[in-house]
Amino acid sequence: MLTYTFRRLLISIPTLLFIAFVIFMLLELAPGDPMANMPLTIPPEVKEKMRLALGLGEPWWIRFPLWLKQFFIVEPQYWFDSAFGTNFADGAQRIISFQSRSPVFDTIAQRMPQTLWVVGMSYVVGVLIALPIGIISAYRQYSVFDQVGTFVSMIGFSVPPFFSGVLLIVIFSVTLGWLPSIYDTTHVVNDWASFKVQLMQMVMPVMVLALQTTAQVSRYMRASMLDNLGQDYVRTARAKGMKESVVVMRHVLRNSMIPVITVIALGIPAIFGGAIITEQIFKVNGLGQLLIIALQGNDIPMVMTLTFLFAILIVMFNLIADVLYGVFDPRIRYD
Amino acid sequence: MTNRAPHADADNLLVAGDPTAPVEAVKARNQWLDVWDQFRTHKGAVASLVFLIAIILFTLAGPLVWRLDPAALDIRNKDLRPIINALWGAEKVAWAHPFGTDNLGRDLMAQIMQGGRISLAVGAAAMILAILIGTFVGVIAGYFNRLDGLLMRLTDLFLALPLLPLLLVMMLLFRDPLRSAFGPEQGIFILIVAGIGITSWMHTARIVRGDVLALKEREYVLAARSIGTPSRRIITRHLLPNVLSPIMVSATLGLATAIITESALSFLGLGFPPDFPTWGKILADSVPRMTAFPERVVLPGLAISLTVLAVNYIGDGLRDALDPRIRGL
Repeated sequence: MLTYTFRRLLISIPTLLFIAFVIFMLLELAPGDPMANMPLTIPPEVKEKMRLALGLGEPWWIRFPLWLKQFFIVEPQYWFDSAFGTNFADGAQRIISFQSRSPVFDTIAQRMPQTLWVVGMSYVVGVLIALPIGIISAYRQYSVFDQVGTFVSMIGFSVPPFFSGVLLIVIFSVTLGWLPSIYDTTHVVNDWASFKVQLMQMVMPVMVLALQTTAQVSRYMRASMLDNLGQDYVRTARAKGMKESVVVMRHVLRNSMIPVITVIALGIPAIFGGAIITEQIFKVNGLGQLLIIALQGNDIPMVMTLTFLFAILIVMFNLIADVLYGVFDPRIRYD
Repeated sequence: MTNRAPHADADNLLVAGDPTAPVEAVKARNQWLDVWDQFRTHKGAVASLVFLIAIILFTLAGPLVWRLDPAALDIRNKDLRPIINALWGAEKVAWAHPFGTDNLGRDLMAQIMQGGRISLAVGAAAMILAILIGTFVGVIAGYFNRLDGLLMRLTDLFLALPLLPLLLVMMLLFRDPLRSAFGPEQGIFILIVAGIGITSWMHTARIVRGDVLALKEREYVLAARSIGTPSRRIITRHLLPNVLSPIMVSATLGLATAIITESALSFLGLGFPPDFPTWGKILADSVPRMTAFPERVVLPGLAISLTVLAVNYIGDGLRDALDPRIRGL
């Protein structure tokens, strides 16, 4: 198991390097110009100097390794320095955003908590709703509950977040006036009243994202439970006179959770992508919104770093899912 | 061709084992007729098919009947509400604009027809592109052992890419050159279709590869090879028809995702140019004023959601209908 994990980690390094190269070349080949928004009155020679100042003077085979060095060596050094008060970085050049002229990772660190709160919470809520739905739908297959569950998850698959989010705003903010339509990230929770406000503003974005998670996870949970409910060991357990709750909740559920856990792990990076739209609707200034703003401003270092971070998430959670599969299912041997 | 109802056929099958039953000459049945009979038993799928055809007719034939130009400005009749609002209040409504008009007086019904045309065309074209790439990669990887490792690593790499961010990057960066090369609408159409197609072929490739790997070891493929059938002919005559069912199922699912992705791009402002309506674009443009005019958000949103829901249900029914283990039960 350990050697497998180690081998997979080693394989993921060239994968990530290749992805970084693809993203870099895509941005490089693209004709977008970060100086396009500058006033036309700037003389060409000054413009040329500004280009050099942005680090655009060198050819790509110098800038790409440089970016890699900044991402994998310099930035961790800065992080280590700020965490432990050391001085490994020694003033080395960090990845600087074209727009704000501040280090990219500082901005990302500011935006991270909002995204993690909304996205993370929605994922937890979605999974918590999905598991019981999946269990009951499988246990009472073809019942009314199951039919409704199937229909709701179909809706979850089909209604895009930019419609479900807007629909919720129309219903709960505009018509009923119960919930705020904008997520206020400057809000500080320090007592019960402010906690309630925080809760109110989180309900809609969380539910929009959770609907999609629920749709997916509950389907997998149902299919997995159905697979296991028909197995011989279930009949044996019942024949031994075990209580139905023990049979379902201990024997069947535990075995059914194995594939579902990997699905849950695999879905985590995908939800960051889905959050781009949801953050846009509810005006959460998280990572997704940061990416959109950076794209519109031709902020290449920011776009590059953010996209690559998403790629790291995907590769890592793929690995985690595979490892978890081996940990939970003794039948699977990777070695 | 038989015109009998499917359950009548099922009855015949049931009594077929009974030796006293009169032997009825069973006419040769087309395979697709069987599939259709099975498909018809899935009520949701049939209703969805009817709905999808209706939507397609609405967007294709609608403009022939409803001859308003979706881009025509009619500033005197701006901000009309849909006709149904007249039921609960004296608001600005007009029979000339049953869905109402927007802030520039453009007719919403004509816009939704035009937008649906674009959305469905983009979805279909992107789906076809993704299916073509996926089938090609899958068949090649499954049939030629030497290329298998390489192509599947490529597929894994594509699966590890953050697709929506990359799609956004592609849209933003290649919009202007394509626009100047092919004109504003054509250029964006090509870009969106290519973008969605290139980023969504991987699942098809995996499914097709798995099936081809199993199929090529079958006796009939061996027999074909033993009489000297070239690889190209084996693939087109023997393998492709047998992987058609998973391809069709993943095509319907691909159509659903492609429609959603296109709308999402339009919603984020990275789709078609402003005066060029698609469902996602109409929805996105209406969001700032949705407090006063919620119908402009709800109508295109419903159109997207119901279409995608219908396509998903059709995919569900198709999966059941194409599975020979379920068919005939």
